Amino acid sequence: MYTCHKPWQGVGTLLEFLMLARWSPYIAGAGIGIVSCLAFVLADRPLGCSTAFVKARGLIGKVISEEKINRMEYYREIVPQVDWPFMIIPGIIIGAFLSAFLSGTFQVIWVPALWASVFGNNVILRIAVALAGGILLGFGARWAGGCTSGHGISGSIQLSLASMITAACFFAGGIAVAMLLYRFIGVALA
Amino acid sequence: MTSLAAIRKSSRAQIVLGLATGILFGFLLQKGGVTDYAVIEGQLLLTDFTVLKVMLSAVIVGMIIFHFLKQCGYANLHAAEGHLGSNVIGGLIFGAGFALLGYCPGTVAGAVGTGALDALAGGMVGMLIGTGIFAESYPMLKQKILPYGPLPAVTVQEFLRLNTWIVIIVMEAGMIGFLLLLEYAGL
Repeated sequence: MYTCHKPWQGVGTLLEFLMLARWSPYIAGAGIGIVSCLAFVLADRPLGCSTAFVKARGLIGKVISEEKINRMEYYREIVPQVDWPFMIIPGIIIGAFLSAFLSGTFQVIWVPALWASVFGNNVILRIAVALAGGILLGFGARWAGGCTSGHGISGSIQLSLASMITAACFFAGGIAVAMLLYRFIGVALA
Repeated sequence: MTSLAAIRKSSRAQIVLGLATGILFGFLLQKGGVTDYAVIEGQLLLTDFTVLKVMLSAVIVGMIIFHFLKQCGYANLHAAEGHLGSNVIGGLIFGAGFALLGYCPGTVAGAVGTGALDALAGGMVGMLIGTGIFAESYPMLKQKILPYGPLPAVTVQEFLRLNTWIVIIVMEAGMIGFLLLLEYAGL
């Protein structure tokens, strides 16, 4: 039987693992499943990401007109404040940065390579389309009451019928528009 | 010993826990590869199945643990009644944004952490604008579209009128089978 005589070898192996550029999607996914369950236990909430944007938007709105935000029905249901759901987004930015930094894959880019290979290197075009996408994403996420993590993962974990239908629609709409973008518009441009 | 109820009620503990949960989640998203534009767009173009592999693995593991925790009283059901007007229409609008942006609300933040500035200047700014537009239209949408077509049940087991654990076993087998099929097909 193998025995570990030098404890620092274990630490070294762990560090090497943390420095890998990519993990098996099954390992990363299983970890996300466990983190989602931790959220249910410690915060008594599903792990979602789009609520944070409502809170952030409300907080920004309050700087301009606090009275207007306080009057709006939606911000009375989802109160703009710094709390558990709000902190998820800064957390994700830090966590993803740590992961990319440890593996040496952190890289500042304006235009993703796949986009550039079809639509060119124009930063303004990419940002304009990303902005349009972001607007639809935020609008649609709140319309559907959740996102890929809130409905797709935490909702499905709970066997929520609505969440599974929503997740199917995320992909149905996503596949249709991605195909239109890359298989029709992209091909026509080439 | 601090009780679970005390942790859940302490707003300071919740802020720290939210941040810690986000850090773990973001770390795993990046290691899983799903903070990469090409990986997400590849999933929607059906050429790269990493996103589905990550999501299904999370659901396979989470579904068992969640229901076990729920049975022991450590977790509560947070699923709400759905509506076609909310879930289907909202889901399709989300999908269109998902494809145009190439990130979703969680992975857009993760992509920012890896240095993707299109995710910051386009994605996150767009998300803030989009949620703002939704907040403005909420009173009208809530009255006219969101409650259209209520779903017949909250959970799958209620809908099928089957025992929860039977549904879990069947779904777990289906998801694992699907992943094995993907590997077998070389995707």
